[in-house]
Amino acid sequence: MLEIKNLHANIGDKEILKGIDLTVNAGEIHAVMGPNGSGKSTLAQVLAGHPAYEVTEGTVTYDGRNLLEMDPEVRAQEGIFLAFQYPIEIPGVTNAYFLRSAYNEIRKAKGMPELDPLEFLDLMEEKTKIVEMDQAMMNRSVNTGFSGGEKKRNEILQMAVLEPRLAILDETDSGLDIDALKVVSNGVNALRRPDNATIVVTHYQRLLNYIVPDRVHVLAQGRIVKSGGKELALELEERGYDWIPGAAA
Amino acid sequence: MTEAGTEVLHREKTSTEPAWLAELRRSALATFESTGYPTMKNEDWHFTNVAPIAERKFGSAKTGMVVSADALSRIGYGQDWYTLVFVNGRLMSQPAAETLAAGLSITTLASEIESDSEVIRRHFAKLATPESGSFTALNTAHAADGAVVRLAADSVPDKPIHLVFVSDTGAEGAAMYTHNLFFAERHSQATIIESYVALGADVYLTNAVTEVFVADGARLSHYKLQRESQNAFHVGTLQVHQARDSRYESFSFATGAALSRTNVYTTLAGDAAEAVMNGLYMVDGKQHVDHQTRIEHVAPNCPSHELYKGILDGRSHGVFNGKVYVHPEAQKTDGKQSNNNLLLSAEARIDTKPQLEIYADDVKCTHGATVGRLDETALFYMRSRGISMSQARRLLTYAFAADVLEKIELEPLKEALEAQVLERFTN
Repeated sequence: MLEIKNLHANIGDKEILKGIDLTVNAGEIHAVMGPNGSGKSTLAQVLAGHPAYEVTEGTVTYDGRNLLEMDPEVRAQEGIFLAFQYPIEIPGVTNAYFLRSAYNEIRKAKGMPELDPLEFLDLMEEKTKIVEMDQAMMNRSVNTGFSGGEKKRNEILQMAVLEPRLAILDETDSGLDIDALKVVSNGVNALRRPDNATIVVTHYQRLLNYIVPDRVHVLAQGRIVKSGGKELALELEERGYDWIPGAAA
Repeated sequence: MTEAGTEVLHREKTSTEPAWLAELRRSALATFESTGYPTMKNEDWHFTNVAPIAERKFGSAKTGMVVSADALSRIGYGQDWYTLVFVNGRLMSQPAAETLAAGLSITTLASEIESDSEVIRRHFAKLATPESGSFTALNTAHAADGAVVRLAADSVPDKPIHLVFVSDTGAEGAAMYTHNLFFAERHSQATIIESYVALGADVYLTNAVTEVFVADGARLSHYKLQRESQNAFHVGTLQVHQARDSRYESFSFATGAALSRTNVYTTLAGDAAEAVMNGLYMVDGKQHVDHQTRIEHVAPNCPSHELYKGILDGRSHGVFNGKVYVHPEAQKTDGKQSNNNLLLSAEARIDTKPQLEIYADDVKCTHGATVGRLDETALFYMRSRGISMSQARRLLTYAFAADVLEKIELEPLKEALEAQVLERFTN
């Protein structure tokens, strides 16, 4: 589904990603772990098409197509979803309006009919249950005045509505209490299907107790320095990163 | 002798205007001639160059023009409000007196002049005096028609009153001087909408003055919608006088005209009178939109709240100057003023100047202005959800305006203006 080869990316003049290779197949969950500043979030943002990052080398192929040539909205319409580490507040635009706009743009891109506000309301009734969110949140401005946990739930709600093929969760677990973490993880697991895939970017092994990865990758200094099965995450939890060649600061 | 002077002399010979009015017009014109049009050296006009108006010779509009029912329904937002329609400055239609709610009277300036009524003698050009500004002086000299709305004490009309000033092709090259008088007597309550709209793209000048008297405990909501032709000029002054415990709420919506200036002035003359001034201006291309507001806190215990927002695209230029004067007697004044602007293009420009002058010592006053651009992070967030760049810009722009539109209490008008804001940014 996704094939990243020798990916280099800069922000300004600073090189953050220094040659990433990663292949993700349909049905898989990949965890990307690593110390602070290793480039985890940059990788997530580059895949979503953040305009602040410049790809200087390498390729990213998504379903056989060049992902790097697509605008962020086209990537989303093609099924890529990034759950933001710090979800953005948009005062003045209600959650419902925002999500319906996104949903309908994606439907339009697929040549499917758009939903009117009433039909969308029915859909929301079903989807808000997945993340145990009060429907009243839909009438509040996007993320505005939401608690940290509410923001993360809102990201997963968006994911549940947009049904991406490739979801990238950028530190979705950071700052969550255990209840919120369970809600978010249950949401992610409920949305798992044989034809979609998930990349979980995280600093902590804790999340991986709930979202069990097929592969774990250690990102350090802009490169993947080690890959393994889910047991690698446990080892990292116990021993830290310093024992891995190339990961030492 | 100037063009304008010729016209007044001509009117004197042919009209049946009362002598006092002819004299007032003559002296107003003399006032104008002694000062001329304001220049950018004038502090109040520092960012607005009126040369395009001063250098043009405006004639008279064609009279007897009629606007179709279809167009009127659109202009009136499909609402069954008490509606007066002026076309090119002259009355086209007005509601029959017997259809009006109890205590409500709507007449015209022309008819009041013709009958030399008490109301016109006592109040015409008394709040907005010829000495208060060049354009007001010209208006005093030339004003031929407008609406006179009177709300008797304790009256609360069942519907809003809509004053519609339409310009069509008959306005090309003309100057139209409109003068309205509103009287809200003790404890009356009403909503008045003043709409300036164009059916074409003609070049003309609207010079409008509205004098508003709000008596003890009266509450007036006043919406001014400036949607003139993109080639027109509009200079409008609202001068309000508020007695004790009154509430006057003004909303200025300005999207039209090549060059516009809107003055909203109120005097809080009575204890615990409240003024609310909100506005939204939204311009594009080479439009120039200027607002000046002035709140005179004369009496104590008066709150005044003001929020103006501006959206500027293309090479447009916005100006906002909000003045709040707190006189020595006006203790316990609670004044809050803000002006926020969104620049959608690199060439758009805004000059904003909130101004506070406080001569009392026990007051709470804040003011502030912001100028910003669309939030890049929010744009990316929306795009990452599949929303196109243009739609994301449109939504964020709308969101910027949402809170000030939210202050419009007249629901059908709020919805219409919200739709207009959304539509404006649809590609």
